[in-house]
Amino acid sequence: MTKKIMIVGVGGQGTLLASRILGNTVIGQGYDVKVSEVHGMSQRGGSVVTYVKYGEKVYSPIIDKGEADIILAFEMLEAYRALPYLKKGGKIIINNQQIDPMPVITGAAQYPENIDKKISGNADAIIVDALSLARQAGNTKAVNVVLIGVMAKNSEIEYEKWIETIKTTVPEKFLEVNLKAFDLGYNS
Amino acid sequence: MKKLLLGNAAVARGAFEAGVNVVASYPGTPSTEITEEIVKFNEVYAEWSPNEKVAAEVAIGASIAGGRAMSCMKHVGLNVMADPVFTVSYTGVNGGLVFCVADDPGMHSSQNEQDSRHYAKASKIMMLEPSDSSECKEFTKAAFELSEAFDTPVFVRLSTRVSHSQSLVELNDRVEIPLKEYEKNPAKYVMMPANAVKRHVDVEKRIADLTNFAETSEFNTVENNGSKIGVISAGIAYMYAKEALGDSVDYLKLGMVYPLPEKKIVDFAKNYDVVYVIEELDPIIESHCKALGITNIKGKDEFTLLGEYTPAMIKKAVLDENAPESIALGEAIPMRPPVMCAGCPHRGTFYVLKKLGLVVSGDIGCYTLGAVAPLQSVDTTICMGASVSAAHGMAKARGAEFNKKLVSVIGDSTFMHSGITGLVDIVYNKGNNTVIILDNSITGMTGHQQNPTTGYTIRGEETKQVNLIALCKSIGIDNVVVCDPFDIKAFEKVVKEEVNREEPSVIIAQRPCALLKTVKYTGHCKINDNCRNCKMCMKLGCPAITIKNDKVVIDNTQCNGCGLCLNVCPFGAIEKEEA
Ligand SMILES: Cc1ncc(C[n+]2csc(CCOP(=O)(O)OP(=O)(O)O)c2C)c(N)n1
Repeated sequence: MTKKIMIVGVGGQGTLLASRILGNTVIGQGYDVKVSEVHGMSQRGGSVVTYVKYGEKVYSPIIDKGEADIILAFEMLEAYRALPYLKKGGKIIINNQQIDPMPVITGAAQYPENIDKKISGNADAIIVDALSLARQAGNTKAVNVVLIGVMAKNSEIEYEKWIETIKTTVPEKFLEVNLKAFDLGYNS
Repeated sequence: MKKLLLGNAAVARGAFEAGVNVVASYPGTPSTEITEEIVKFNEVYAEWSPNEKVAAEVAIGASIAGGRAMSCMKHVGLNVMADPVFTVSYTGVNGGLVFCVADDPGMHSSQNEQDSRHYAKASKIMMLEPSDSSECKEFTKAAFELSEAFDTPVFVRLSTRVSHSQSLVELNDRVEIPLKEYEKNPAKYVMMPANAVKRHVDVEKRIADLTNFAETSEFNTVENNGSKIGVISAGIAYMYAKEALGDSVDYLKLGMVYPLPEKKIVDFAKNYDVVYVIEELDPIIESHCKALGITNIKGKDEFTLLGEYTPAMIKKAVLDENAPESIALGEAIPMRPPVMCAGCPHRGTFYVLKKLGLVVSGDIGCYTLGAVAPLQSVDTTICMGASVSAAHGMAKARGAEFNKKLVSVIGDSTFMHSGITGLVDIVYNKGNNTVIILDNSITGMTGHQQNPTTGYTIRGEETKQVNLIALCKSIGIDNVVVCDPFDIKAFEKVVKEEVNREEPSVIIAQRPCALLKTVKYTGHCKINDNCRNCKMCMKLGCPAITIKNDKVVIDNTQCNGCGLCLNVCPFGAIEKEEA
């Protein structure tokens, strides 16, 4: 069976690095892998969606509605937007950060209230305060690796395999912060 | 060794392994990373050219000189380079010549959704279409061989999901190919009528030969699963079909999408009750099938001409199976469109243009975002360079009074790409426009590429920098003013003066992109007790400034301390707080 993971967030939050860490960890397990990224317009503070799929043989790089085994959401509104992609019995990991999109800032739309509660009431959800954990690790930019840590804990892949990939994907000078961030997520 | 590679990186790898000598491109999503990856190989000469036409001509020259050459572009870039492309189809090549074009179904970051396969047919140049990263590498490598074997340029067509998906690729070593002999051969390379008439004969013969090649080539493969349903597909659509339909249908996968085989398709189609042609965008394969007299096919009557396909959509159309249940809570979810980054220099420019209520002839780049709320000041966006020439046309149509309320905005890279000729037109034909060059020291939209105004090459080496002031003056613009768009008052004054002038002028709005490593904003902006909640700062459309419980607040995780908001607050209610 192909495992389907969707990573969603806001451009600039580092979702791309997260999907690459995930992709490179699973190839180490001998799987066929596809990681679909979106570059360009969506990086400028827009919604960003990446898909990671692995299994014996993966054809399509994208995930349809009702299919995702796991959704890793870097922001609450994006979690809410992605929810229809979660399969029945799937798990959604949500960073409880709120980043207002421009239509909310200009008053043209309202940020929905109590998103975390609404999602928890309808799906298997794990809510994390990844921003605080990243700050604790030493850099608010490490939110992505905190969330990878949470995901790792919920995966069948061993702890050491994740650490190995982080060591090869993250630049030397950010390594210490990121390893700390990973652990904080893993043990949260 | 197998590695996880982006489709674009795999194309670069394929070209590298094929011994490519010269790569010249202009950036454009989703093609940009091909050339950025090529730079990692020291054996290859690579450059960002000022536009796609120049890039294609550099590659053509390199090929005629005997080297293997490639040029990469997004679909609309192919429009810009179409002129040399149609004629190099006649000359053919010396060293292998590959044009790699990336389409953008769904328009993730493009202004239209054109289908590049039309160009292959129109210019009579063969086209390969890979469907994953491994094929990206293999097809690109093969493209160089085929180019030399059939004396033709070769297109490799990608689409966003192929370019920007990573999958596993087997890496091989580079093969150094000696340069081909260079010989003077005007009958082949001087395309004046007498020579071109003869070359056209060769082109038609080549297409006939390539059609024969397509009949037996391994690029076009049949997968027999003993089904009563046949599927003909190519590129990413083939992967969607495989995922959706698995072994329940038979497939004809076309890796070569121009020229298309004839006998092979007819022989395939006759085995089935029904044959689905599954291709994103236009019905190119379908029309070919219909022209061959095949009647048991279904194509665009089942599948849309618009946007991207998905496996779910194919499953529904072919097997009438519904998508799995999904959670729908029914609440309206606000959109999250892209916005100018915190600290973006363009924000100051559009704040002033909005305030002055000007008509803004826009262009393509990060500054196209000046069209969305709350800055909302851009009136038009057509294609790269159009801001300048279209404003000239607007002024000629509506006259002098209208022109006093009209400006063009164009980025530094876009000005180099195709803005200069429009400006020459304004001077030559006695126009009186005001053109604002948004000089943020980089090609921003496509992710920070160097260009002729930045002073650096693609490899980061220092080079001569085009002097925008001297350039504008030399073509006859006497009024060239440089101004910082974050100095709101000064900028407003300059714009007012220049639009009212009875002569053409250029304003260079100069401030570097906030994401450049050389830009070091520090600390954060903070609202103090002087705030009267007038919301002037909200007009900037800064992603860091938002409203919480009816009060304006600045979000520290978003603010980079650029300080623009300090310049618009009438009450001194925003201050800098150092980190
Ligand atoms: C013909 C063509 N080639 C390439 C592109 C892709 N593209 C869009 S905007 C842009 C450059 C923008 O750079 P610049 O003008 O410096 O503005 P900035 O984004 O830095 O504000 C490019 C290359 C395109 N849309 N059309």
